[in-house]
Amino acid sequence: MSKQKNSFLEWIDQRFPMTVTWREHLSEYYAPKNFNFWYFFGSLALLVLVNQLITGIFLTMSYKPDASLAFASVEYIMRDVDYGWLIRYMHSTGASMFFVVVYLHMFRGMIYGSYRKPRELLWLIGMAIFFVLMSLAFTGYILPWGQMSYWGAQVIVSMFEAIPFIGETLHNWILGDFMLSDAALNRFFAYHVVTLPVLIVVLVFVHIIALHEVGSNNPDGIEIKENKNPETKIPVDGIPFHPYYTVKDIFGVVGFLIVFCGIIFFAPEMGGYFLEYNNFIPANTLQTPDHIAPVWYFTPYYSMLRAVTVNFLWIDAKLWGVFLMVAGVAVFCFLPWLDRSPVKSIRYKGPIFKFALATFVISFFVLGWLGTQSPTPLYTLLAQIFSVIYFAFFILMPWYSKIDKTKPEPKRVTK
Amino acid sequence: MADSFSINNEMSGRRKFLVAATSVAGGVACAGIATPFVKSMMPSERAKAAGAPVEVDISRLEPGMLLMVEWRGRVVWILDRTPEMLATLEKLEPQLADPGSDKDQQPDYAKNRTRSIKPAILVVEGICTHLGCSPVFRKDIAPQDLGADWLGGFFCPCHGSKFDLAGRVYKSVPAPTNMVVPPHVYLSDNVLLIGAESKESA
Repeated sequence: MSKQKNSFLEWIDQRFPMTVTWREHLSEYYAPKNFNFWYFFGSLALLVLVNQLITGIFLTMSYKPDASLAFASVEYIMRDVDYGWLIRYMHSTGASMFFVVVYLHMFRGMIYGSYRKPRELLWLIGMAIFFVLMSLAFTGYILPWGQMSYWGAQVIVSMFEAIPFIGETLHNWILGDFMLSDAALNRFFAYHVVTLPVLIVVLVFVHIIALHEVGSNNPDGIEIKENKNPETKIPVDGIPFHPYYTVKDIFGVVGFLIVFCGIIFFAPEMGGYFLEYNNFIPANTLQTPDHIAPVWYFTPYYSMLRAVTVNFLWIDAKLWGVFLMVAGVAVFCFLPWLDRSPVKSIRYKGPIFKFALATFVISFFVLGWLGTQSPTPLYTLLAQIFSVIYFAFFILMPWYSKIDKTKPEPKRVTK
Repeated sequence: MADSFSINNEMSGRRKFLVAATSVAGGVACAGIATPFVKSMMPSERAKAAGAPVEVDISRLEPGMLLMVEWRGRVVWILDRTPEMLATLEKLEPQLADPGSDKDQQPDYAKNRTRSIKPAILVVEGICTHLGCSPVFRKDIAPQDLGADWLGGFFCPCHGSKFDLAGRVYKSVPAPTNMVVPPHVYLSDNVLLIGAESKESA
């Protein structure tokens, strides 16, 4: 905005805090000057969200949420609607890319300690977004009413039956029927296109407001607000978000779009990882496909679900599996309080943390891969071992982050 | 909150009471208005009315053959077991979690080793008790993927649960219980009614 206010802007500003908002969140929001490529993924997540919202609206114009019509309406979009294939592939690829950027965004937070004080609440709001995103992905995957839609949903909703006492009633309440049927498809459509999108947009807004309150972390994990220019009160290591980071983020967007378009035009199914082949077969309530696996972004948790095969205490293996899977996601919420290291960033953390993080990343990938495979005794054993490693990263953190040998943090941000 | 209500930063007893009373009344109203919305999501009258019993003619069922029928949107299997298949049931018992069918997963008339009315004919819901997948009928003996001691049974491809040819669950698999035997009755030698125990109660 130009310094010289024109009268129209003045008219607006007297009625809506437009200039103030612009300054507070863009032209005078001071972000650390040492952001690296890891900091692309927040803005990319926003880009993918917009992509999902827009393509989603156009898909609802041709899709029919009816168990007898849904599958054919998706094929109609693919074959008969002008550019329907493009809009659908943008949406389905967008779903997977949403998880790619969100997982990288979360990993950025983990390596630079972005969840630490004063950003605990920011991290928790982010986790809430992650839960909603998973629900969106789940409800969205049901809509084509193919074999994977049907049996994937069958597995997920059956988990609620594992809950003692209220399980069966809850299961029927969720489905609106005694089994997975048209009633469930219809209501999952309502969640997917109304409830959850509204929720995620609100949460993203709150996430950004919380971020701008505490300020961005950076790869050095030090607070730039502690070193302000005494006259201007501006952090000496801060630069205005606009134009510096808007321009940088546009560069990230261009790189992202190259990959995104490459997938849409050349490998929209991604070898069965983004769109599973079994989902090109209409739902058959009498027969489970020989091999079922969730879409790749759920497979690490899916592995945990089926890793538990022994009853323990008075609770049976089925409920433990469900519990472990939920815990696998929810455990991230505790990170701000599990990390007792005197430093935030991996740059100054010691060898134990780096080793622990490496084992965590390996276990995440191994569990993810195992989740795509058919269960065999060997794979089940591997899933058990790597689930233990996965949780050990979190549970042992208060201990190893404390005894680890750290390097001193710098006073100013480095390159 | 408090200071917006009173000038001297303290709520008088009367005001406190009114705030509490209003909150409680508002809470009750919220619960009241939530009820129809929550109830609207329960299975509808139409869903409750569905689920009539089905009659199945099993005269063409041959030994070793599995017939699938749909009842209440679920798959029900009817398996005619050969004498060799029936012989495996006793052999496998040490490997099973509930060989005596002690958990309530079947009507009383199916609480026996074959879990059936007629020893050869198994009627069971073809749904894994773990997370609702439909297991695969694997009658091949000692296949490569299931190991040398596999004598035939049902294998769930989703999470690897195993059941014997009476739908009894193996130990150390994710599924907690034996497969469910639905209520059923023979109307004649070859006509089976699934979902009810007599023609009248249907």
